[in-house]
Amino acid sequence: MSIILKTTRRDFMKLAATATGGLVLGFHWMDSAAADIGVVDEAAIAAGSIDFNSYLSIATDGVITIYSPNPELGQNIKTSFPMVVAEELDADWSAVKVVQAALDAKKYDRQLTGGSGAVPHSWMRLRKAGATARYLLVEAAAKRWNVSAESLTTENSVVMHAQSGRKATYGELATEASKVLVPDEVKLKDIKDFKLIGTAVRNVDNPEMITGKPLYGLDFYREGMLYAMIQRPESFGKKIKSVDSAAAKAMPGIVDVVTFKNNVAVVGKSTWQVNKARRLLKIEYEADDAIENTADHDRLFKELLDSKEATVRRKDGDVDAAFKGAAKVITREYQCPFLSHAPLEPMNFFAHVRSDGVELVGPTQTPERARNATAQLLGISPYQITLDITRLGGGFGRRLQTDYVLEAAELSSIIKAPVKVIWTREDDMTGGSYRPAVRYRFAAALDAGGKLVGYKLRGVGINVGNSTREDNFPSGAVDNLLIDSVEHKSPITTGAWRAPITNFLAFAEQAFLDEVALAAKQDPVKFRLALLEKARQTPVGEIKYDIDRMKGVINLAVEKSGWGTKKNVSHGFSVYFSHRSYVAQVAEVTMNKGKPLLQKMYVAADCGIVINLSGAYQQVKGGVVDGFGHAMYSQLTFKDGASEQKNFNSYRLIRMKEAPDVDVHFVNNGIDPTGLGEPALPPTGGAVANAFFKATGKRLYNQPFANQEEMKGVSLGQRL
Amino acid sequence: MAQYNLQINGRSYEADVEADTPLLWVLRDNLGLVGTKFGCGIAQCGACTVHLNGNAVRSCTLPVSAIGTNKITTIEGLAPNGDHPVQEAWDEVDVPQCGYCQAGQIMSAAALLNKNPKPTAAQIDNAMNGNICRCGTYHRVREAIVLASTKMK
Ligand code: FES
Ligand code: FES
Repeated sequence: MSIILKTTRRDFMKLAATATGGLVLGFHWMDSAAADIGVVDEAAIAAGSIDFNSYLSIATDGVITIYSPNPELGQNIKTSFPMVVAEELDADWSAVKVVQAALDAKKYDRQLTGGSGAVPHSWMRLRKAGATARYLLVEAAAKRWNVSAESLTTENSVVMHAQSGRKATYGELATEASKVLVPDEVKLKDIKDFKLIGTAVRNVDNPEMITGKPLYGLDFYREGMLYAMIQRPESFGKKIKSVDSAAAKAMPGIVDVVTFKNNVAVVGKSTWQVNKARRLLKIEYEADDAIENTADHDRLFKELLDSKEATVRRKDGDVDAAFKGAAKVITREYQCPFLSHAPLEPMNFFAHVRSDGVELVGPTQTPERARNATAQLLGISPYQITLDITRLGGGFGRRLQTDYVLEAAELSSIIKAPVKVIWTREDDMTGGSYRPAVRYRFAAALDAGGKLVGYKLRGVGINVGNSTREDNFPSGAVDNLLIDSVEHKSPITTGAWRAPITNFLAFAEQAFLDEVALAAKQDPVKFRLALLEKARQTPVGEIKYDIDRMKGVINLAVEKSGWGTKKNVSHGFSVYFSHRSYVAQVAEVTMNKGKPLLQKMYVAADCGIVINLSGAYQQVKGGVVDGFGHAMYSQLTFKDGASEQKNFNSYRLIRMKEAPDVDVHFVNNGIDPTGLGEPALPPTGGAVANAFFKATGKRLYNQPFANQEEMKGVSLGQRL
Repeated sequence: MAQYNLQINGRSYEADVEADTPLLWVLRDNLGLVGTKFGCGIAQCGACTVHLNGNAVRSCTLPVSAIGTNKITTIEGLAPNGDHPVQEAWDEVDVPQCGYCQAGQIMSAAALLNKNPKPTAAQIDNAMNGNICRCGTYHRVREAIVLASTKMK
């Protein structure tokens, strides 16, 4: 097969033909620093001197293969990315095959799933790859027929010459195309000519998923592999004092019990055997750090909210003066608990540490970080490690951590055998990296005319860093503003959880603005629009959100929900900017036998151009269900340093009955895609709480809502 | 350890396991049928749903010794070519996100439609309430069940 690849240095162009023919184009999938596409030979690839992270190949039979290097966890990237390539290529989608590429130490240096950033980073690169391949095919046809390239058109993997009626398929042209020089520049389509982008395309992995094919880390099996479960400390802040593993070791199927760091690993021949044996471990723990309780946190939050030592995040004007001179001051507090990520596939990883190299296989959102951390742990070069990415049974940020990869590698290096470490749900729920618990205090100063003249926000949280997003709306629209934060350091481990910080901050802010608007005797939507207009006319400090895009989603949500026009329903409004995209939501609550019921969520989203309509609906509806479910039901509380909820019987996740209808609308503005994996989640809690207030006159300040006094006897989400 | 002869997907399987081993782990570790998933181990999430004589059961809490000659169907055996009306509907409606819960969802849905080919919305919600989807695909699960019910013979 001939290889056409891109070099990062643009210094090397060469063609090489092989017996099979066809065209292979190498390009960078996610690296915004290098976007050119060039040609090198097979020998260079074999020697490993090529650093592309993706390939697009067109075989002589017309099959188009695209290598997807990014971990797939349900964000649908494995379908939407190839759609972008295929669009510019004018490929026959039914002939496109997508292959998940492994982490290659040299090639794939930017494989990551997190921050809703994949699409924005890759958009132009993917288009360029498709357009380049199309250029080569068209040039090849032009040469073959001795006509000008301009006289040719493409459609469905076919190049056509209208004048003469000649046609050739991409497969037929692929080998000749591989001999055409790669252009320095290619022309991209006008977005109005898109045919595939913006349509609903089914997930490329559907056939495997719906028939139960092995796709996930937990499904991975290697001949001779051992199974292991690890008993980690029961509480944060404790360490092992003594281990008695005699009874566990004596159980059938158990190969070994090893202690490393604060872990006791039971290794054996099957999952069930290690699970059973592990229960017979007798481990004594002793305090090593603070042993915390939820009650301590509640007290601590109150102290920190009044602390004199806070990190100032943003300061505009003179808040003290504004509050002193205010006609009305409103102060409110909001609190959220720790949450487990609870991806449905529990943590697991396979590791085989050999003297000549290390093999890692499993679900990770950050293969590169996992590989480098493993290299550091074992004291070897990252290039001695291969990492195969399986499909992820959800991530939500949990699999950005590398703890479960490192454990598997360390265990394999100790027992000198291939091993898969499997976490139970209890292990996962007690094992940390939670969404941090946070409390906010907001204060607003209104003048006699109901104008917002002062705004304060203090965020306090546990292992959370900056618990605010100081440049978010309404920053820039208020003359006097102070946003600061205080962090408490705790042994309880925390980490990014889908839409970090904003997953709760958005609720608090949008619920607060609702109260402020009412105190100012204004409609909550008009109140926000007026603030946005003020930010445009007389901006205060830097404005880091796009006023027009925010107004766009507000107006669309108002229109689609019938805001202010419907009888017998209570509407709550919310709008939020996060991860580069804008989402406005209206929650519709009706009274059902005297009780409020969340009937429907209206969503207006601006994520720029929608690539795959089917996947986009999923991200939005799933985000709303996720946002509503966690706001309503989920929490982890701590006693003696251990989480009290250990499985789905006590840690409540939203179920089908409780999922409201979601009506999704996208703003069509032709802006380059800005991401959709997270932005639909943050606004949901606020819209729901605001609608609940409209319906009942009661405000919700703390999550989970279902545990609040105001929710007694109410099953807000449950139909029937 | 004891020898068990199990009737799964119309075939006979031998497994040499301890009596209390849940069917889930026999399927996954001993028989290589990994389409049935582990999510909680305590009959709370539905990821491990299989059919026992056509009824949806949670295999994570079903000891292998309790099965006897009862017939087991897993996602791999729901239809020979993966073309059960429920599977077809799942693809058409494009239900999966991460996909991890979907084998369990499909098995619960297929059991429901076998007994009740034209379920009401409330009956669907009730039958599916034991299946958690962490990705929140509930709307499409409902939609796909409605579509599948039009395809059931
Ligand atoms: S694994 Fe059986 S119900 Fe969750
Ligand atoms: S699709 Fe991910 S858990 Fe259901």
